[in-house]
Amino acid sequence: MNDIKTAIEVCGVHHGFGAKGSNLHVKALLETSLSVAKGELLSLIGPSGCGKSTLLNIMGGLVSPTGGEVRVDGKTINGPMPQSIAFVFQENALFPWSTILENIDVGMIFQGVSKSERLERAHQSLKAVGLTDFANHYPGQLSGGMRQRAALARALSLETDIILMDEPFGALDEQTRMILGEDLSILLARTGKTIIFVTHSLGEAVFLSDRVAVFSARPGTIKHVIEVQEPHPRTQAFVTSDKFARLRNELYGLLHDEIRKTLSADFRLPSAAADGGRANVAAHS
Amino acid sequence: MAQAQSPTSFGGTIAQLSFVGVLVGLWYAASHVWHVPAILLPEPTGVFMRVVSLLRNASFLSPLSITMHEVGVAFAFSTIAGIFVSFVVTRSQWLIDVFEPLFTSINAIPAILFFPLFALLFGLDVGSKIALGITISFFPIVLNTIAGFQNVDPVHMKCARSMGASNWHMFRYVLFPSAVPILLSGLRMGLTLAFLSVLGGETIASFSGLGHEIAESSQAMDSELMYAWIIIVICVSMSLNFILTVLDDRSGPAT
Repeated sequence: MNDIKTAIEVCGVHHGFGAKGSNLHVKALLETSLSVAKGELLSLIGPSGCGKSTLLNIMGGLVSPTGGEVRVDGKTINGPMPQSIAFVFQENALFPWSTILENIDVGMIFQGVSKSERLERAHQSLKAVGLTDFANHYPGQLSGGMRQRAALARALSLETDIILMDEPFGALDEQTRMILGEDLSILLARTGKTIIFVTHSLGEAVFLSDRVAVFSARPGTIKHVIEVQEPHPRTQAFVTSDKFARLRNELYGLLHDEIRKTLSADFRLPSAAADGGRANVAAHS
Repeated sequence: MAQAQSPTSFGGTIAQLSFVGVLVGLWYAASHVWHVPAILLPEPTGVFMRVVSLLRNASFLSPLSITMHEVGVAFAFSTIAGIFVSFVVTRSQWLIDVFEPLFTSINAIPAILFFPLFALLFGLDVGSKIALGITISFFPIVLNTIAGFQNVDPVHMKCARSMGASNWHMFRYVLFPSAVPILLSGLRMGLTLAFLSVLGGETIASFSGLGHEIAESSQAMDSELMYAWIIIVICVSMSLNFILTVLDDRSGPAT
């Protein structure tokens, strides 16, 4: 188990919100086990509410699971591990009252990095994401894509081995997220970091990941893992390849039924209507 | 915030100055054309000369420093205690649910009612004015600061926690900056109210201070002097307001 090549080991983790036994209790994540290799890029994909973000938060020590445990470098975690794990959240995680440089600096202050080292690391990471000229801008003055680059720079400056990303490009438009995805692929191929990436986008998952973990509908668990055997950095050529299309379709097939289950549960459709809906979607795809 | 106080245009400044000019003109007309008795409305040039003489022989300094001392102590206490209390209260939703309605109701009580009590407890000197100033300015500051601390985005807290922020870091780098915009408007209200209540207290019963001078010159039927003191008080309150506006503008970019 305690293999040096394993970065994160998820052992029988499950989670629920609200007191057990009360009717407010909601199962968020069924028992899940997963092992993430060092330097691997793993995506978590699944229907809304399937527990993928919950699993990410548990892996980062932000949420204590109801049961099971997570080991990082062989040690069981019981809280945030700023020295080993950095997060990139959705769009609004930068502090709007601080400049980009200050935003990066503050993470290292929390982490306990010495003052002399902070500035150098901040400039390095800004350079890595191509935002050197925007160090003294406020987040509100940047586009959504630039803000996410800045958030990535903040995570890089923390120099952790693991970065957890919770739908980092979720609020961006399709074109911007494709470009950011390409940049991320190049950047990560260089750094050799372990990345876990929550996404809703099939293309993004296939493009970036070494492996894609597909979740079942709420309350979810990992139903299937797809391997994407393709070296990093990946380019436009990969997106247009047959392999990309095949993997994307395979992923779509796996997700489709789960998403349909989530929707019919949400709208409490009678099964006949649900079947009708499915036939309709099949006709479209 | 930064946009709140947009620089007034040249035309706007002219209009504002004209408005003041018209008021002074009406005042002049009231004395010289309509012959309003000088005891009610003394003639403006006479009042102006009294202001100049108060300023020239520096006799305004002693009452001003006493009033400013009372306002300063009351405001500083309300601010520090207010921020502390709000921080503690916002640590739990239960505390917020208990105390916020309580503070709101207390804030609705016209606290000037307590002045006779404060006069008994703390005497007619500065003590009773400070107590009144605190009673009146504390609750608006607390209520705004509670709202400010609730203004924090949970994602920012989660993000800070993931980077290993200690409790102090969380306060210094996340909670406090998130609270600043709303907190400042509370402080602004608090300072205005502290000044108002101290002056009110001084006017009712006191030995010294700007309010005391106004009340005393009124009782001595020296309307010219009373108006001169009123003008000085107006200048002081405008200066306080100006300082707060500058602070507000410097507190960072609009979010």
